[in-house]
Amino acid sequence: MKKLISTPYLLWMAVFIIVPLIMVAYFAVTTADGAFTFDNLAAVSQYANIFVRSIYLAAIATVICLVIAYPLVMILARIDVSFQSTVLMIVMLPMWMNFLLRTYAWMTLLGNNGLINMLFGLFGLGPFRMLNTQGAVVLGMVYNYLPFMILPLYNVIVKIDKSVIDAAHDLGCNNAGTFVKVILPLSVPGVMSGITMVFVPAISTFIISRMLGGGSNLLIGDLIEMQFLGNSYNPNLGAAISLVLMVIILLIMTLLNQFDDDEDRVLM
Amino acid sequence: MSKNIVSLENIAVSFDGEKVLNNISLDIKDKEFVTLLGPSGCGKTTTLRTIGGFITPDSGSVKFDGKDITSLPPYKRNVNTVFQRYALFPHLNVFENIAFGLKVKKFSDKEIQRRVGEMLELVNLKGFEKRSTDRLSGGQQQRVAIARALVNEPKVLLLDEPLGALDLKLRKEMQIELKRMQQRLEITFVYVTHDQEEALTMSDTVVVMKDGDILQVGSPVDIYNEPKNAFVADFIGESNILSGLMVKDLLVEISGKRFECVDTGFGENVGVDVVIRPEDIKLTDEKDAELSGVVQSVTFKGVHYEMVIETYDHNWLVHSTKAAEPGSTVGITFDPYDIHIMNKMK
Amino acid sequence: MKKCLSKLYLALVMLFLYAPIFVLIVFSFNTTKSRSVMSGFTFDWYVKLFHNELILSSLWNTIIVAVIASLGATILGAAAAVGISGMKRLPKTIVMQGTNIPIMNPEIVTGVSLMLLFVFFMARMNLEMGFVTLIIAHITFDVPYVILNVIPRFRQMDPNLYEAAQDLGCNGVSAFFKVVLPEIMPGIISGFLMSFTFSLDDFVVSYFTSGTTQTLPITIYSMTRRKVSPEINALSTIIFLVVVAVLVINNVIERRNLRKRGVVR
Repeated sequence: MKKLISTPYLLWMAVFIIVPLIMVAYFAVTTADGAFTFDNLAAVSQYANIFVRSIYLAAIATVICLVIAYPLVMILARIDVSFQSTVLMIVMLPMWMNFLLRTYAWMTLLGNNGLINMLFGLFGLGPFRMLNTQGAVVLGMVYNYLPFMILPLYNVIVKIDKSVIDAAHDLGCNNAGTFVKVILPLSVPGVMSGITMVFVPAISTFIISRMLGGGSNLLIGDLIEMQFLGNSYNPNLGAAISLVLMVIILLIMTLLNQFDDDEDRVLM
Repeated sequence: MSKNIVSLENIAVSFDGEKVLNNISLDIKDKEFVTLLGPSGCGKTTTLRTIGGFITPDSGSVKFDGKDITSLPPYKRNVNTVFQRYALFPHLNVFENIAFGLKVKKFSDKEIQRRVGEMLELVNLKGFEKRSTDRLSGGQQQRVAIARALVNEPKVLLLDEPLGALDLKLRKEMQIELKRMQQRLEITFVYVTHDQEEALTMSDTVVVMKDGDILQVGSPVDIYNEPKNAFVADFIGESNILSGLMVKDLLVEISGKRFECVDTGFGENVGVDVVIRPEDIKLTDEKDAELSGVVQSVTFKGVHYEMVIETYDHNWLVHSTKAAEPGSTVGITFDPYDIHIMNKMK
Repeated sequence: MKKCLSKLYLALVMLFLYAPIFVLIVFSFNTTKSRSVMSGFTFDWYVKLFHNELILSSLWNTIIVAVIASLGATILGAAAAVGISGMKRLPKTIVMQGTNIPIMNPEIVTGVSLMLLFVFFMARMNLEMGFVTLIIAHITFDVPYVILNVIPRFRQMDPNLYEAAQDLGCNGVSAFFKVVLPEIMPGIISGFLMSFTFSLDDFVVSYFTSGTTQTLPITIYSMTRRKVSPEINALSTIIFLVVVAVLVINNVIERRNLRKRGVVR
């Protein structure tokens, strides 16, 4: 009986997770009439520049998230335990706000007659064109996905045994040495999860690029969206692009895993 | 006499306004095995961490080899610590763990190889160099922790209940091994434990602590035979502790009976604590003894029997190689030099 | 010095995280549509918001979808977790790999893959995407979170518990309901709450699988695509306040529970 109880889910998983992925693969290698072809996959190469831009911007955003989050988490981990959960909650609270509204907030801030340009105006500067630039897209990614870097990092760093740090001091390491030789290597699993959790949504977003990047900074996500719901309806090409995106993510993750021999990952 | 290697002078430490150490002073001699002994919360670990530099005392000073090191951070002190739960670096293997301190001090690779190799031999872990630390048994982890500290050739090794997590048999083996290491390397060991037996077997000097105070410092024999007060007596071994009255020099009154004893200088008609060790009590026929009682229980303990004898105002704990009949009435006797008189605890 | 630096850094990060939201809130009370100059105080945008039929109906849709999908996902996922925890190593690993797919895959891929499935089969039956496909899609991305919340509970559970209940006279089924279910209940509840919030908030997957049905995030998206409207600011303010209220209440309850347990033990 215990074995049968998971059957409904197994069926569900097969029909709504596995079959759709097979369909992506199937659409990617067929024409609109259902004939086998490599044309779609070949056509993806036309968009190489968009792929490069997506990887580039997502990578920059991921690095910035890491650079902001790491010191923050070190500070958080040192706060008095009774305050820690409250401060963490305050840090994570904006994440609970709808993603579109958070991005919209930056849209109004960065605009030519937005608040930031008005503040520059008070000093006789600007207005600067900030909206519809690559910088704005990266900013949007950092703002939206920063919590995904903070959480796994925090979970790992807060669990580092205090006595291990004492031991490093005991064996002659000063604070900087302890950080480099002990804390940093021990936080690697958290860094890896953080990178995954920021990079994957960043490389595949189409909302941030559309709202903050204008029409000129298309990303892979935009490209896929356009094939399914946009003007250039072509699900076969869209499926091919999705397939390539999945392969790229898989490759990058495998590459990253080379640095992280630890088996247990820290999600959430 | 050898010189003092570590001196604590009037050390006071408090956490969140709660006093943990009350102005304690302690001299630790070079090449000695010193044990800080006491129940949990007595301040023994705090004392050790103060020597290690992990705690800066509120007042008082720590001297090392005559020099004041009170405000020196741990990484600049010539002492090393074996931590309670070993605190091995989980991201490093056995070799890298042991080599950690040497690498920090920028020794040459050849020197590191040589010294780590020696250490591995000392702690019987040859061939485990590449092993990950979480794939070692508790005893092996313990040895790595000891090797990791000793490889730096500290003048003083601090050990914070290092055997607490091991099972009884392994603990006994390690006690002997640690003592042998200390004698061979000729360095000072400062050892923290709450296990009195461990303290008595291993130490040159035992420091008994309670509630942030040092109660008594002495050799294991002194501490066992001449405990300063009832707490030390009780903590250091099973005892019969009775309230007594020092009638005059060499005469004490217990349970309404007067006994000859060997102590002097307490004054006349002064209340005292009297300690008599269970193994010093002899059971006789009730006619031949001042005190008599009913045998309540008899338990076989391997080498001896442990018995509880109930007299009208005390349950006596008695160790003897001969068992009495439960329920029978027996006499209790002891020799004058087995009566330990001590001032009442405040 | 070091402490001050930490506090300054914390303050800067907080400013970065909160400033945009507070600007939205402040300008939701602006009399004009300007995004940089406050010209006067008004509640007009809130009044307009509550008369906006589209927003109200999409809010209603969102709640219905979230409730049905998270309940469905919780039942499906909790049952699955019971089965999976009893599996042997190899099938367990395979099933968990499959379960991880919707979590690890980019949302957009989950969205378009489901869309392909729906379009492909429904076109043959002359059906269109809408409420039902939306709920199916939401259950699909919700279930893994329920499973991942419940499975660790089984791992923490004393393996002898179930046997102890049987030893004390329960048959298999009643032992499950009396002993196992209460043990995994916290995992089921947190899985349900996680599913519910993910469903409320989801845009990407809904966008590809909703057909003409509008959920609140989809409506918000179309609003941001059109000309600037301070109604969005008003909506953001309300959502922000709801989020703060929920988190504060949650925190208070958690603390009280902790204290209660502290007293009992």
